[in-house]
Amino acid sequence: MTPVLHDWVLDAGCYRVRLLASLLGADLDLRSVDVHPGDALRSEAFLLLNPAGTLPVMEVDGSVLTDGPACLTWLAATHDAGWLGDPSPGGRAALQHWLGVSHELAATLGAARPMDMLGASGDPRPLRLAGRGHLRRLDAALARGRWDGRAFLLGDRPTIADVACFPDVALAGDCGMSLDPYPSIRLWMRAVRGLPGFVPMPGIHPLHEASPFPEDARGSGADAARGTAA
Amino acid sequence: MTIAPADRAAWYPAAPSSAVTEGHATPTVLLGEGVALFRTDGVAAATGADRRALAVTERYDHVWVCPGTPDRALFAIPEAAMPGRRAVPCGSIHVRCSPLRAVENFLDIAHFPFIHTGILGEEPHTEVNRYDVRIDDDLDEVWARNITFHQPQASVSAEGALDVRYEYRVPAPTTAILYKTCPARPAEWDVIAIFVQPVSEETCIAHPWMTMFDDATPHADMVAFQQTIFLQDRSILENQIPARLPLDPGMEVPTQADLTSIAYRRWLKRRGHAHGAQLVAA
Ligand SMILES: [Fe+2]
Repeated sequence: MTPVLHDWVLDAGCYRVRLLASLLGADLDLRSVDVHPGDALRSEAFLLLNPAGTLPVMEVDGSVLTDGPACLTWLAATHDAGWLGDPSPGGRAALQHWLGVSHELAATLGAARPMDMLGASGDPRPLRLAGRGHLRRLDAALARGRWDGRAFLLGDRPTIADVACFPDVALAGDCGMSLDPYPSIRLWMRAVRGLPGFVPMPGIHPLHEASPFPEDARGSGADAARGTAA
Repeated sequence: MTIAPADRAAWYPAAPSSAVTEGHATPTVLLGEGVALFRTDGVAAATGADRRALAVTERYDHVWVCPGTPDRALFAIPEAAMPGRRAVPCGSIHVRCSPLRAVENFLDIAHFPFIHTGILGEEPHTEVNRYDVRIDDDLDEVWARNITFHQPQASVSAEGALDVRYEYRVPAPTTAILYKTCPARPAEWDVIAIFVQPVSEETCIAHPWMTMFDDATPHADMVAFQQTIFLQDRSILENQIPARLPLDPGMEVPTQADLTSIAYRRWLKRRGHAHGAQLVAA
């Protein structure tokens, strides 16, 4: 049976699941949830499905998965276990480490995003500050990996660790954070965006040689046509 | 900061109706000034920073406020009252850009194939046809008509690519309305508007809203479609230089696609609208 993903286009956690499904060539039955402005996560029907009132929610074979990495693990295990990384003790430990980091990215950068973007209540500043620490450590880990010839978090092939961490990092610009200071993160993002089957989401652009970079498209209309920026 | 008289006399969206509820004040910001919104016995009201009562009208699922003395009634969207249509408010998206930049981006067709790839445009169909733009002096509005554009997925209900007809209308300095072919009823227009709330000269809240004939598409899918489009624009809007919209036309020869933007800038200047604009060359 095709898994049902309760989905919101702007949710980074849902995007992880859509992205991995696309990379695996797996089918998903998408059901849109009107999170904003409809506040549907607090509706009785949704809370019955997931009492935590969070996305993503994936229904598979009669069970309900309410954790992003759990959804990724299920999809990888049913389609291509290579995406779970090396099954050695060290490989399994490394996978768990990065899935844990993905939760922390979601709790910092991911939590700041709706505050900046949708005016959700809360102070995004301490979250951005904590997120910056995660970005620094991620950049350092990716740099060390690249010296050893690894383009991805767990080796020379992508795993669900990359898919789990990618969205909240790639969307850092949405909460006003630049990724310019993190060259290794930028190279890694380029590698992820170049994977066959990669799909974008609003705020994350596809890697398409014919597409302009967002910075080239600045000043739509007359300014862009003039070819000048300021 | 001083605010030009013309800026004070205009109507601006201040909140979606659903955010203004009985029994407590909803704080927001308009033109850099604090505004409190209330609802009493179903009727919306607003006060400014000095507790002065402000002119309020509630239409199109939003509360509209005029910070000064309104020089006209809020513009009409006659389609909103047509039976059989569904009105869909699509949320409130905060953007670090001039409110006028958000409107200008909404009026620009040329970016569709590059930014809304596979939805509102795709290569190699990047040509914008010759179309008509004018400032309608009777209405005091900007209108662009007879636009045709090739779109892979014009709306949720569109089955496959379509050559879509477009009309654009700017009825107020921070509001733009788009009329486009309705896939379900080719004789009617789908109406998609962007109501932009000017928070400051370089920050705004965009409230996309639409009314269309579509009985089949689930509400959440219609919202998601519009949010996808708008959020694809957000990161680009936040990187525009200069941040404010220059109103002085340069020496350049404009392309077809720019004509609406140029008319919009000219119209703003004629009205004396200054908030969010750059009035001297950078
Ligand atoms: Fe756009």
